[in-house]
Amino acid sequence: MNTVIDTKKLSHSYGDVLVLKDLSLSIQKGDFFIIIGPNGSGKTTLMKVISGIEKSGKGRLEILGRPMRKYTRKTLARAISFVPQMVPVDFPFTVTELVLMGRSPHLGTLGLEQEKDIQIARQAMAFTGVEGLAHRKIDQLSGGERQRVFIARAICQEPQIMLLDEPTASLDLAHQVRVMDLMERLKQERGITIVMVSHDVNLAAMYGDRLLLLKEGQIVSMGLPEEVLTHNTLEEAYGCNLLVDESPLGKFQRVTLVPGKCIDSGMKKTDLK
Amino acid sequence: MPALSPAEHGIYDRHPVPAWIPAFAGMTTLRYLVARAIKSPVSIFYCLLQADITESLFLFLRILRFFAAMSPVNTKKPDILKRVLTISLLLLFLLLVAMLLGILMGSTPGGFKEAIQSLFGTRETGSMMDTIIWRIRFPRILLATLVGAALSLGGLVFQALLRNPLAEPYILGISSGSGIGAIFGILMGFSRFPGVGAMAFAGSMVTLLLLLVMSSGQTMIKKDSLLLSGVMVNAFCGALIMFLISITQDSRLHNIIFWLLGDLSMTDMGHVGILAVTIVPCFILLFWLSNSMNLLLMGKEMAQTMGVNIKVVTAILLIVTSFMVSATVSHCGPVGFVGLVMPHLLRLVFGPDHRVLVPACVLGGGTYMVLCDLLARTLPEQGEMPAGVITALIGAPLFIILLKRTGR
Repeated sequence: MNTVIDTKKLSHSYGDVLVLKDLSLSIQKGDFFIIIGPNGSGKTTLMKVISGIEKSGKGRLEILGRPMRKYTRKTLARAISFVPQMVPVDFPFTVTELVLMGRSPHLGTLGLEQEKDIQIARQAMAFTGVEGLAHRKIDQLSGGERQRVFIARAICQEPQIMLLDEPTASLDLAHQVRVMDLMERLKQERGITIVMVSHDVNLAAMYGDRLLLLKEGQIVSMGLPEEVLTHNTLEEAYGCNLLVDESPLGKFQRVTLVPGKCIDSGMKKTDLK
Repeated sequence: MPALSPAEHGIYDRHPVPAWIPAFAGMTTLRYLVARAIKSPVSIFYCLLQADITESLFLFLRILRFFAAMSPVNTKKPDILKRVLTISLLLLFLLLVAMLLGILMGSTPGGFKEAIQSLFGTRETGSMMDTIIWRIRFPRILLATLVGAALSLGGLVFQALLRNPLAEPYILGISSGSGIGAIFGILMGFSRFPGVGAMAFAGSMVTLLLLLVMSSGQTMIKKDSLLLSGVMVNAFCGALIMFLISITQDSRLHNIIFWLLGDLSMTDMGHVGILAVTIVPCFILLFWLSNSMNLLLMGKEMAQTMGVNIKVVTAILLIVTSFMVSATVSHCGPVGFVGLVMPHLLRLVFGPDHRVLVPACVLGGGTYMVLCDLLARTLPEQGEMPAGVITALIGAPLFIILLKRTGR
């Protein structure tokens, strides 16, 4: 059983607006799967449906070979953990307390943690390199530190699948690479399947094992980075002029933006070439 | 990566023994001597507590913090239960001290010595002081404890649920909503229990629904819109209450007005018993959900992905809290701001973990209310004032401070 997430004709709508249209995809165990696509293409919605935040409308959705509706919140939380883009924390938990909360789905209602749980939390903090911040209050941390704390919390949940919604969106360059490297290590050392929504096609090209390009709730292209990140597909999906070549590092695609040439700013598509 | 020692991974900081202890002891002795010179038990109390209220509060905070640090949950063993227990015992002690003060002091002049004798049974029973203590002060103090506990817990739950540090039953208008229900009950001539109580609960549920509908956009309940909705609900309920009062002509009028200000004076053991039976199970239920409240602080979506059944938990929290608040309101009127002051104070001292805060709010809220009621009984030269006046005088400025702080 190597397929961890499997959907058939999955649809979802907010009110009358259909945001996901008949998506059929399968994600393999141990994949670094990155979902890209323009704003409003349904990336985040897909993420929310898979994480169980939104109930899917139509279609089949299976997590680890079991249909979604057979999961309770708790059993689902043991299979999947979720790292949102930015969590506003208004209450001053310490880093350790927050990471320990990741143990909740494995514990009783009161969440009384045992020695083992603290051990797991420590390991998770060491893994993301925030063990030095253990005593600090979460509202005193920088964005990059905070993101690593939330990833530690997600690791502490001991999931088989980890979902991340644009984890690098508000981070500086070093932190972006750091977070992505962390995910790569998580995949390799712990065999966790990573599913990530990203806006950064270059990071996606470098780290993704497989990519999914969405537009208007439909699959434009899915497969290896070099299959998805081609000039024509990207231009069709994003509607702007792009250069696609090989990165100076070799073996990766590189996508470069071309200023001032966007299809929907009054130009015909033929004008671009 | 070198392995870190357990101490470095401690969950809660250990404070060194602070230097303020001798300073505090000296100051307290000085105050006590001054108070002795004035020669009255009430003035001793005020010199200790009231002489400089901000300073006293500050020191009180430091004391609590010190004790909290003495009972740390550290490192090797995850003893959250032990921490909960230690803090609860500490606050229980404070509550008992406050209750003792409340029993010993009152508007009856010169009764301090007599009260002690009566309390410890060294005096023949049936005296005047005996009656005052056991028939008037004792039920009143128990009522204050229950009301304070329920209201601070109510505030704590609303703050977690709405992720708004300014949420509180009174500010959100839920207290006045159940107040309207209760007034209807009084005017229709129901008994306090279950008639007025049921009407108050209905009133609070209606306002709660109104509030949620008014303030919710698509999915999220925003901070400002919630507060604004609360202001509007309060204004509307206030007008409705004024209307009800203006058409009431008979003797019930005085009762209603006094009750509206948050009055603890009219009670007996029967009422206290009924209130205890209704709200103590709520305390237990809320403690059971305290870890879910922790997770809720990270937002509904995050809480969901961490295994919380949001719909069920939210519904239970809202209904139980409204039930609890309306039970207290039907007994003694809308007492304001208790749910704001205590959760903030306790969070400042013990941190934001709700497994600690729920029991702490029950005990600390009780203590606070007993002390406020004590002030209300002893401050005026003649008669007494409703305890709600004191809680509002302390709470409203704090609300403004918090509002300014969260605005930053």
